[in-house]
This record gives sequence, structure tokens and C-alpha cells, in this order.
Amino acid sequence: MEKNNPKGFLYLLPAFLFLGFFLVYPLIDVFVYSFQENYNFASQTYTGVGLYNYAYVLHDPYFLQALKNTFLLVLITVPLSTGLALLISLCLSSIQKLRELFQTIFFLPYVTNTLAVGLVFMILFRKTAYSDGFVNLILNALGFASVDFLSGPYWAKMLVLCLYTVWIVMPFKILILTSALASVDQTYRNAARVDGASKGRIFWRITLPMISPSLFYLVITGFIGAFKAYSDAVALFGTDLNAAGMNTIVGYVYDMLYGNAGGYPSYASAAAILLFAIVLTITCINLLVSKKHVHYV
Amino acid sequence: MNVTLQHLTKRFPNRNKKQGGEVVAVDDFTYEIPDGKLVGLLGPSGCGKSTTLYMICGLQAPTAGKIFFGDKDVTDLPTENRGVGLVFQNYALYPHMTVLQNILFPLENLKGKDRPGKAEMVRRATEAARLVQIEGLLDRKPSEMSGGQQQRVAIARALVKMPSVLLLDEPLSNLDARLRLQTREEIRRIQRETGITTVFVTHDQEEAMSISDEIVVMKEGVVQQTGKPQAVYDDPANLFVAKFLGTPPINLFDGRVEGEWLYLGTDKVLPVPGLSDGSVTVGIRPEGFVPEENGPLCCGLNRLEVMGRDVSFLCTHAGCQTDTFRAIRQSDGTEGTHGNAVRFRLKSAKVLLFDPETGARLRPREA
Repeated sequence: MEKNNPKGFLYLLPAFLFLGFFLVYPLIDVFVYSFQENYNFASQTYTGVGLYNYAYVLHDPYFLQALKNTFLLVLITVPLSTGLALLISLCLSSIQKLRELFQTIFFLPYVTNTLAVGLVFMILFRKTAYSDGFVNLILNALGFASVDFLSGPYWAKMLVLCLYTVWIVMPFKILILTSALASVDQTYRNAARVDGASKGRIFWRITLPMISPSLFYLVITGFIGAFKAYSDAVALFGTDLNAAGMNTIVGYVYDMLYGNAGGYPSYASAAAILLFAIVLTITCINLLVSKKHVHYV
Repeated sequence: MNVTLQHLTKRFPNRNKKQGGEVVAVDDFTYEIPDGKLVGLLGPSGCGKSTTLYMICGLQAPTAGKIFFGDKDVTDLPTENRGVGLVFQNYALYPHMTVLQNILFPLENLKGKDRPGKAEMVRRATEAARLVQIEGLLDRKPSEMSGGQQQRVAIARALVKMPSVLLLDEPLSNLDARLRLQTREEIRRIQRETGITTVFVTHDQEEAMSISDEIVVMKEGVVQQTGKPQAVYDDPANLFVAKFLGTPPINLFDGRVEGEWLYLGTDKVLPVPGLSDGSVTVGIRPEGFVPEENGPLCCGLNRLEVMGRDVSFLCTHAGCQTDTFRAIRQSDGTEGTHGNAVRFRLKSAKVLLFDPETGARLRPREA
């Protein structure tokens, strides 16, 4: 085979054009906007060039709130959902009876409409004139006072958002991990048993390293997905996320473009570039860590 | 440590649930594996030899019967506490660990006072690696090694904790012919050096015969015969064992006994005192034919094969169950041949008679 065959590049051209037009060009464009002060879409004008947009965004309390919310969401939901999914997958792969039934049940959230899921969470958590919501009924029965989960204290709202996110992202992780566990040859576990390893050691020393590529994939995509969270918050708290104090970075970008405070593409671009930088940094750290702990065979 | 199997039985539920019932993998296996010996478990695929091995190491629980290591009943002891070493057919080296980590793994699993210090572990792992001559490969990953090297690592991993019993499940089946020959000698050497009681599963009779102190021949879960390899070869208990052992395989003829003489076709070949008249299945080892001018067995000669140290006569005979049969002589003499015909005298020790219905051995009275 001849390497650097010009024909090969010709075949790649359609994909290059497509990606360039819809991905690379906008990325560069956003990067440029983020340095142009008071850019206006309609007139295509701006008043100056500099770091003013970044300075503004980084001093905007709404952005700082969104940053805090997003980081909390990432730090809580990624480890929690991945850990829980691993636990459930382990349990699933160790049972024989009813396994398919449980697999189906755990996969249901993945194929359920977001609005339907939102409705379920409303029934669970929302305070109305008639009821305090299902969770509050349980809390009351246990002797605790009602909590206004969706418009009450910050921690309650964050709790609901995290629960919602974990619940939404788990099915996919369970799917990936059960198939990863199934692909680990039983012979290795048998060999480890013959070698005198306890169940716990077999898990830590044999099973976990052998599914580490899948686990790593889930952690990376989980981080990226959680940093880009937006629609979940909207489903729970409505579109005015700044007022609810539950905005995310993507939500902030959207609001700057189209929301009540809309019409500020320069600020939106700066915030988007900041998010891009954060995700890039975290992913690089992930990749570095994985070099040591992920085993591709 | 000697290993005693008492009435060991394993039944699996039938896969096809509609048919119901059970499949008997191992049926009432009673045998004592002598201390420090190498025993070959031999039989065709699906005869229950691997199941027996898995029961000895505890990965499968017997349906009935008991297993003793020395005087200790280990039937209900979980695998991880039995202290056996097992070399899997595909070696099952942990792909994410280096060779050294693989060999260290059994030591790291030891608990309490049995657990050596880190330096001692490495010393013992290195020693095990030296025993199988892979001490130069300790930093490699299993995927970076050849089949033969992986097999050695698997043996080192099984040996490093000084197991009471070493079990080998078809360890040579993934190696090429030359390496197989070399490795089986290695296994024999290592077993002699360590003196560990060893059970070796194979479907290759040559492999089992060449290195085992004793062999156990199995068929469909039932033990057919046990004993020293040569003794089993010379004196098989039934037609199955006679057919299973020996390369080239034993030649089978339809014969009959009349007046205490054995007839093959019309040829009156051997006296068989004490046997009653009737038809018999006759097995003759390839080395049991002696070409002679006036030999009683008169055959057609297809061709001669000269293979280095010995000569094969490919012959035809009306009584033979196959189209041709093979007689082997060590000398290159072709005495007794006349163009397309050859006459043989038969060595009576190499002629084995079986009941044509049951395959059971029929023994003439000793002369």
C-alpha cells in the first residue's frame, strides 16, 4: 500500500468540508467574536478588540453562579452515576433469573421522553396548592417537615438536579458496563480463584482493570456531558434559570444570545470559549490519568 | 500429597430443556493419584476429563462423591482455599499484568503468616520463572509473547505458591508440533524437580503415554482403565482402550474361533486355548506382524513405506475391517513378500481378542 496517496485525501474531502463548515468555522468564529466588544449580528459591527468580554463574564455574578452550579453538578453526578452504574451492572451480571427484565427496567429512562421524565419529577418534588409532592409526603410520614424542592433552598434544588441527571445518564452507562463485564472471559476469574484471590480482590485486580477502557470512556463522556448540561435544568426549573439560581454555563451562553437578557453574542462567545477551555483541560487531565490506569488489551 | 477421588460423579442438566434429564459428565470415578507422580487423564473430547480436573481444583462441585488431598476432605472447600495450581488450556494469563505481576499474583493473595514479604515474593517469583526459563521476560505483557512462552508463564504462575497439586488442562494443544514435543519434556522435568503431584489432561494418547507415570483412560464419563502407560498399551481392558492407544492405531479384523484356533478369513493363525467357538473382533498391533516365508496369515501387499528407521507394509486381507492395514518392521528386510503378496507370522502378545458385541477383552488361557 502506498502511503500519502493523494486519492485518499480526495475521499476524505466531503467529511473535511462538512466538519470544516459546521464545526471548525463556527469554532473559529466564536473565538473571534469573544475578542470583539459589543459585536452586533445585524449590523456586523463592533466597537473594539480586547479581553473586555472575558473580564465582564468573569465578573458577572450570574456566570459565577452558573460556573459553581456546573462544577457541583459534574463533581457529584459523574462519580455517582458511574459508580452506581458499575454496582448495578455487577449485580445484573451475577444474577441469571429475571436478568433481562431488570435490564429492560434499567434501560427505560433512556428511551423515555424528557418531558415525561420531567413530569414524573414534578409529581415527585413539586409543591402545588393541593399537594407537597410525593417525596414530601414520605418525609412527612417519617416525621420531617416539607421541603420546597423546586423553588426552595439551593441545596434542595441542587439535590433534585443531581438526582435527575444521575437518573437520566445511568441507563447508557449500565448498558455499556454490562456488555463490558460480559466480555471479560470467565476463565480469568476462574484462574484468579485458583490463584487464591477473594471475590473483592478478583474485582479490583482482574475485573476492574479489564473493563477499564469502557469505564474510562464513560468517565470522559460523562464529564463532557455534565459540563454541557442545560436541558435538564430547564426541565426542572423552567427557562428563567438565572432567577432560580440554577443556571449552567451552557444556559448562561444561551441566555446571553437569546434569553431575557439576550443580544450579547460577544459575552456568549467569551463564556463558550471559557467552557471549551475547561472541558479541554479536564479531558487532558483524564487522558493523562488514564495512561497509568487504563489497560487496552 | 496423594489425591483420592471417591465415587466422583458430575451430572449436568440437559441443555435442551424439552428433552429434560441429565448429562452424566463423570460417572462414579474412584482413583488414587499417588504422591509425587504425574498422572495423565486421557480420552476423546467430551469424555469428562476436564470436568474431573475442574472438580479436583474446585471450580465445579461434584454431584456426588468425595475428594481428598492426603487425609483431608476438600470436597466442599472453595477453590481459593485449596492451594492447587492450574494451567488452563488457553493459559488465562492476566492480559493487563506483566509476566512478573502474573507470577506474583498467587503470592499476593496469600493471607496471614503464609504471606511473604515483598522482597521474598519477588525472589520466589523469579525462582519460578527461572525454573521454566523465562527469567528474561519478566517485564513483558502476555500479548508480547509466543504461545510457548505464555505456556511457561502459566506453569510458573501455577507453581509459584508451591501447590499441593498441579493440574494441567490440555496445556500443549495450542503449541506447534515441535514445541509440543519440547514442552512436554519440560513439564516432565519440572514435575520431577519439584516433586509435585501432577494431573495432566490430554486427548493425545502419545503425549500422555510419553510423560505420565500412570494414565487413566476415560470414555463418556466412565473410567475404562488405569495403570502404567506401557501396561495399559500391552494389556488393554477393552476394545475402546486398545483402539485409543497406539500410533499408528491397532489393526482390527473380524475373526472366529474354531476348536481353540483363531481364524482370520480362511487363515488358521494362532492357537487360542480356552476360548469357545464363535466370532471375535481381533486387534493386532502394527508391530505384531512378522513377515515370514511360510507365515500363516496370507495378505495382499499394496505397497511398502520406508520411513527412516522402520518399514510399513500396507496390506489387504479379507478379514480386515478397514481397506488396508499397516504392519511395521524395524529392519528394512522385505522377506516374506512375493510381488503382490506377503505372509506373516503373528506375535501372540500383540494379538488381542474382543467380544464383537460388548468390546470386552477375551483372554485365552495362558499356555
